[in-house]
Amino acid sequence: MSSSKYILITIVLCGVTTLLSRVIPFVLLKKFSLPPKLVEFFSFVPIVIMAALWFSNLIIARPGHLPEFNWQYVLASLPTFVAAVISKSLLVIVILGMISLAVLRLI
Amino acid sequence: MDGYLTKKSAFKEALPTIFGYIGISIAFGIIGKASGFSIIEVSLMSLIIYAGSVQLTTLNMLVAGSPIVSIVLAAFLVNSRVILMSTTVAGYLKQENLKRNILIGTFLTDESFALGMNKINYTNGKLNFTWFNTVNIISYLTWQAGTLLGAILGGFITDPKKLGLDFAIVAMFIGLLYLQVLGDKNLNKVLQIIVVLISFALTYLLTIVLPANLVVIVVTLIGCSLGMVLKHVFF
Repeated sequence: MSSSKYILITIVLCGVTTLLSRVIPFVLLKKFSLPPKLVEFFSFVPIVIMAALWFSNLIIARPGHLPEFNWQYVLASLPTFVAAVISKSLLVIVILGMISLAVLRLI
Repeated sequence: MDGYLTKKSAFKEALPTIFGYIGISIAFGIIGKASGFSIIEVSLMSLIIYAGSVQLTTLNMLVAGSPIVSIVLAAFLVNSRVILMSTTVAGYLKQENLKRNILIGTFLTDESFALGMNKINYTNGKLNFTWFNTVNIISYLTWQAGTLLGAILGGFITDPKKLGLDFAIVAMFIGLLYLQVLGDKNLNKVLQIIVVLISFALTYLLTIVLPANLVVIVVTLIGCSLGMVLKHVFF
């Protein structure tokens, strides 16, 4: 198989995979209702996912050992969090976050 | 953020996330180009896959020459958290027809999900097609524009890290988490903070034993279950 064909097939199959993960729950839930227990479970999904995505970015996996911290990211998270508390605006938070890290890297 | 589910408020509320998307998609474009892919291949990844974490994984594995089956499996695992998000959002759009539901699902992302979850705190738990679709379209177009721009810039910028571009997505997660905890009127604040701390701890511990791709999804399953238990026992 040529290299560009390999790349193209992979991209299309990965696209189908992400599409199905996104769409199937919508199709199924049109027919069925979620039990109340599951609704309650899902009420925790946003905070748990965001917390996990944030924290997983702060650590560097070393399989079988304790993860290392990415100290630049940890430190840059502090002013970013303060920006969140003060501004409550995503735009300000993202820009300040990027500036924080860029400045940290200069030091 | 306001209580209206119109195109106008969707546009206004999606604007800040554009900067998150731009940062990440430009970074992706630059990385893709720097990894030896053509501008067309890099753009196709964004057009067809449209999931930052999956695209980065796919990129890495393509460079390594991994078998297609394992790349697709990795894509599924990396993206599996989207199943939870779709399921959550679908619960709010049952009043819309199937075609509209499929459209919303097709373009759902971490950020439009989080924005939607913040939005329901202002709309008495309501979402509709118009609002969500507008957010999704803006996000998709921004993602494509950013990727293309990044792929073109990729020939010139040697170090995107210098600009702090790689932190845009982390900053976005921090902001979205904070705004979510602040805006959620249904769950007790102390409970939410405890659940967030538990999620941190779980992420740290599970990173020791699980491949990075699985950590977020397993943390989500355990974290939400523990949240439910805590809510019933203490709150």
